[in-house]
Amino acid sequence: MSILVDSNTRVITQGISGKTGLFHTKQAIEYGTNMVGGVTPGKGGTVIEGVPVFDTVDSAVRSTGANASVIYVPPAFAADAIMEAADAGVALIICITEGIPVLDMVEVRRYLQGRSSRLIGPNCPGVITPGECKIGIMPGYIHKRGHVGVVSRSGTLTYEAVHQLTTLGIGQSTAVGIGGDPVNGTSFLDVLKLFNEDPDTEAMIMIGEIGGTAEEDAAAYVKDHVKKPVAGFIAGRSAPPGKRMGHAGAIISGGKGTAAEKVKAMEAAGIRVAATPSEMGTTLFAMLEDRELVAKCRF
Amino acid sequence: MNIHEYQAKAVLRAYGVAVPDGEVAFSAQEAAVVAERFGGKAVVKAQIHAGGRGKAGGVKLAKSVDEVKAFASEMLGMTLVTHQTGPEGKVVKRLLIEALSDIQKEYYIGVVVDRQTGSVVLMASEEGGMEIEEVAAHSPEKIFREMVDPAVGLRPFQARRLAYAINIPGPLINKAAGFMMSLYRAFVDKDCSIAEINPLVVTRDGQVVALDAKLNFDSNALYRHPDIVELRDIDEEEPIEIEASKFDLTYIKLNGNIGCMVNGAGLAMATMDTIMHFGGEPANFLDVGGGASEEKVTAAFTIILSDPAVRGILVNIFGGIMKCDVIANGVVAAARQVGLDRPLVVRLEGTNVDLGKDILGKSGLPIVAADSLAQAAKKMVELVK
Repeated sequence: MSILVDSNTRVITQGISGKTGLFHTKQAIEYGTNMVGGVTPGKGGTVIEGVPVFDTVDSAVRSTGANASVIYVPPAFAADAIMEAADAGVALIICITEGIPVLDMVEVRRYLQGRSSRLIGPNCPGVITPGECKIGIMPGYIHKRGHVGVVSRSGTLTYEAVHQLTTLGIGQSTAVGIGGDPVNGTSFLDVLKLFNEDPDTEAMIMIGEIGGTAEEDAAAYVKDHVKKPVAGFIAGRSAPPGKRMGHAGAIISGGKGTAAEKVKAMEAAGIRVAATPSEMGTTLFAMLEDRELVAKCRF
Repeated sequence: MNIHEYQAKAVLRAYGVAVPDGEVAFSAQEAAVVAERFGGKAVVKAQIHAGGRGKAGGVKLAKSVDEVKAFASEMLGMTLVTHQTGPEGKVVKRLLIEALSDIQKEYYIGVVVDRQTGSVVLMASEEGGMEIEEVAAHSPEKIFREMVDPAVGLRPFQARRLAYAINIPGPLINKAAGFMMSLYRAFVDKDCSIAEINPLVVTRDGQVVALDAKLNFDSNALYRHPDIVELRDIDEEEPIEIEASKFDLTYIKLNGNIGCMVNGAGLAMATMDTIMHFGGEPANFLDVGGGASEEKVTAAFTIILSDPAVRGILVNIFGGIMKCDVIANGVVAAARQVGLDRPLVVRLEGTNVDLGKDILGKSGLPIVAADSLAQAAKKMVELVK
């Protein structure tokens, strides 16, 4: 078991003929992801990387039975691509694209209300269930099948955490990048809920960063509902206020969104927060030892 | 992206937002010409990209054209230090000369994107002139909010409700609501990230006017607003940050002496944190992005080294799709090309990491290799001591 994606997930790529879309579709197929098609308006009827290409998401879904879509289209067209996927009834939409205007995402959020699709991202590395399904730009080989769920706002920090776990002999159930934008589809809280309800996930790592209050909201949920061990890390303790640290969402403004506040809320919820990113893996490992879960979590 | 107050007021005026009559001036002479239109009764406002100008002496009321001229010559070229400029302050190069408003009462209106609900929110308060964070801290009940449904935009009833909530005088409710509707339209049309009118004033002659105006724009949306891009004032930005943006690198100058080059924004922040954890001070935030090609790495080195405060460089790359040997080759080539003269600690992890380390070791360059970020940061902090 896992969350969001597994070997039964049927995936299409929106923007499959672009450089990034093409490259990562190829990587996904090599990993074993069940890629069933692609979409590029004007390229319908062709075949790319052995999968059929369609002009519209709707026709792709009808022909292939796809239930997940990954979006690599340029930022100016990404919001439209998300809405097209939602309109076609795609259950899981994963948007990798970085640099989408915030007000476009405000419209997307409204459009998704009342529809059944879940959006992950944008500006995220994607979702992977090791050994079953890789959707996104993460390096597949660092992951091992297992029982620790990883959720993060940052791509490379997710890889860092996964790599540390794998080096310690601990596998992952699913790793989810929710993205670094201020307005996104799925929050920490949403993902932690899914991990908490997944019988195959024994523990979690949550990697946040400065800006907003999503980590505090998630911590409140953990405090009240989560019995499984949760370790965490917050990036940006050294960031000065008012400066946007790369991610559109990573900014301390109006005295809100500081690392100190987030760490405090997480620790109050029983989440063990690593002092440096090098200790994310060992911090969780120590919690697994305390609960005698190490043997169960080894791959 | 930030713009000046006089530019923000021009943008808002085009949407029907009431602002005082005024004009920009680049010299005392120009200032005097503008002030003559108002019979010399004018306010002289320093134009820099920072708030808190009033307290720092950047806003002065004049009673005559001569006084305007005197204030203008005094302000132009002076370094204004406010709580938002940092200790080095900012040099005043432009002034806004405005007609005086006969103020009856000050209010606050702000528009932002609320992350939690993913929607645009209007905020209003009767505590005009104060910073909204202060109001939020001591009397949060005095801040009123209206969440906007993007499907229909801000509705007049919402604007009226806000106007009533902050006790705008009865006869001016519709004027104030109209003001908010126009402000919202400008915010959405121009892809603002913040619009702040502080203070909004009600005048004795029954006007509702934006006495000050601050607009910030979403940099991701600038591609569809060439008119806004033209308002950019390069003098207000860090030259080194502008240089970095040419190479698609995200660089932010900080106050320490350890230069950092990292792939990914989260990992870049975490690298700075780790340096501080071990007692060092990062000189910058730099995200080379996922690609980290030789060309980009070379540009990044050059930019980091152009900061005289930098006494050593820490490179932290998690090679995922991009293999470590390719990155190592890039680092070595770049270090040779820029003639690296300061200590360099490199931490590589990911695909082909052993090959990568081998390349660094055999390069003949004084590169210190590290196995983990913590180790890299420790070594770097010791090297710059």
